[in-house]
Amino acid sequence: MTQALIVVVYLILLLVLGYISSRLFRGNSNDYFVASRSIGPLVLFMSIFGTTMTAFAMVGSTGESYRVGIATYGKVASSSALIHSACFFLVGLPLWALGKRNGFHTQIEFFRARFESSNLGYLLFPILVGLIIPYLLVGLMGAGSVMQGVTRGAFPEIFTSTGGAVPPWLTMLVISCVVLYYIFAGGVRSAAWANTFQTCVFIVMGFIAFVTISSKMGGMQAASAMADPGKAVRAGNLTEMQFLSYCFIPLSVGMFPHLFQNCLTAKSAKSFRLTLVAHPIAIMITWIPCILIGLWATGAVMPDGMTPVIPEGTSPNAVLGMMVGKLATPIIGGLVTAGIMAAIMSSLDSQFVAVGTMFTKDIVVHFFGVDRFSEKQKVLLARVFICTIVFVTYLFTLAEPRSVFSLGIWCFSGFAGLFPLVFAAIYWRRATKVGAYAAVIGSAITWFILFRNSDYGANGSYLVGGVMPVAVIFLTCAICMVVVSLFTLAPSQDTLDKFFKRKP
Amino acid sequence: MSKEVVITFMLVLFVLHQDFWFRDDATLILGILPIGLAYHMAFTALAATAWLVIVRFAWPKYLEEEENEGNEQ
Repeated sequence: MTQALIVVVYLILLLVLGYISSRLFRGNSNDYFVASRSIGPLVLFMSIFGTTMTAFAMVGSTGESYRVGIATYGKVASSSALIHSACFFLVGLPLWALGKRNGFHTQIEFFRARFESSNLGYLLFPILVGLIIPYLLVGLMGAGSVMQGVTRGAFPEIFTSTGGAVPPWLTMLVISCVVLYYIFAGGVRSAAWANTFQTCVFIVMGFIAFVTISSKMGGMQAASAMADPGKAVRAGNLTEMQFLSYCFIPLSVGMFPHLFQNCLTAKSAKSFRLTLVAHPIAIMITWIPCILIGLWATGAVMPDGMTPVIPEGTSPNAVLGMMVGKLATPIIGGLVTAGIMAAIMSSLDSQFVAVGTMFTKDIVVHFFGVDRFSEKQKVLLARVFICTIVFVTYLFTLAEPRSVFSLGIWCFSGFAGLFPLVFAAIYWRRATKVGAYAAVIGSAITWFILFRNSDYGANGSYLVGGVMPVAVIFLTCAICMVVVSLFTLAPSQDTLDKFFKRKP
Repeated sequence: MSKEVVITFMLVLFVLHQDFWFRDDATLILGILPIGLAYHMAFTALAATAWLVIVRFAWPKYLEEEENEGNEQ
């Protein structure tokens, strides 16, 4: 009961924040979609970091650490510390400069102009939105799992089917409505403010969870001593080829539509400097407590010294919620749950705004012309499309649940697989329109075939020849882009002058 | 700092990330942190330092020109 009340109070705080930022909303689409390109270094960093840390980073990492041990940090987090910043530097900065110079609001506007093809946008749009849906699913499912874990037994008369816990469908519905409210109130500016606030909340609450749980287990040394030693090493949990090929996963940030939009909000190039340096440290501060909690969960027992905190057969998604729910006081449990919700919502908001922007700019305005709709109508169209996507995602969450970590990896694999497209667009003058089509179609088909072969993500250990599927998707995209570009007509001189005015 | 130095720096970090040396070592540092995890924490700090050096000494000049042009406009 206490946990649920604290989460409700936190959600009300967010609604107030949304209301305040709506008072600053300038009412035009440029402000709604890219905050009039006015975001400074601190808010940009918090916003980008908050966006990249979702249920995958907290719920997923704890569950995966419980399942395969500490290798979880090396295979995703420490590689991200290096590669995320590299993507911001090599992709985010040049795109910011090109976006500012040419007035781009979305990735698709950039690709259409760079590859001189309107239809490329119509091909990319369903693929990008289709890949965002599993990302949204990860967030909503993570929120539902955690809330169910920490409120078990709190409402025995109201929620009988879940043992008195708040059912996931209700948590997901409430979370969706709160995020929709504050982004509708102020667009990307509101999302940036909320992200800044929420990033602070989830870092602080993650630390509190870590300290509380370790204290309850008799201190950090006692907790580590109780853990399964087999999970304290990489050997036996992950092959070398798996570990190596996991390095492709963080490249996904170079193709996330919502991060592209976040980058465009920057006031100046210098605004990125803090993000490049602080992002790796922030990843460590967020991930390490979760990895250790997951490791400790492998040997954690209740105060009777016999009953395991995590019963055998528990879903990895539920590990963090159960550790917090069983080992923390109700108030701490509530605060930590609010922190986890903060991490999840700080990604959902940017993703919601990005799909709305893409629909309005890349489909509606592009098809009907820029003067066909008023500024207010454009914002309204974005909102209607966002609601539709959220509704579709919500229906998916009611189907058979998948592991948050596994689903996240498939989503990131799709975006990372398309990385050669954006890299070639920025750095390779010879990259052509037909090469871009081949790269997008080739990687989309490869992704779908491999996803189907993994039983649509249900087989979390699916590999292709011993490597992660992302490596195959990435190589398909790169090969298609290079080979087809070399055999087709080069871009016009006008386009080359526009995009290669200066050496990025 | 030349572009070649930055690329070399990144390649060295990539090799260091592979961490073949602690893959089956279960030693707990201070009785708390498995050595493989402690290594990757140190690696993360090193990556942040590398980006600090790049931001300080290898910031792309074309971005400064871009901003100056924007301000003039």
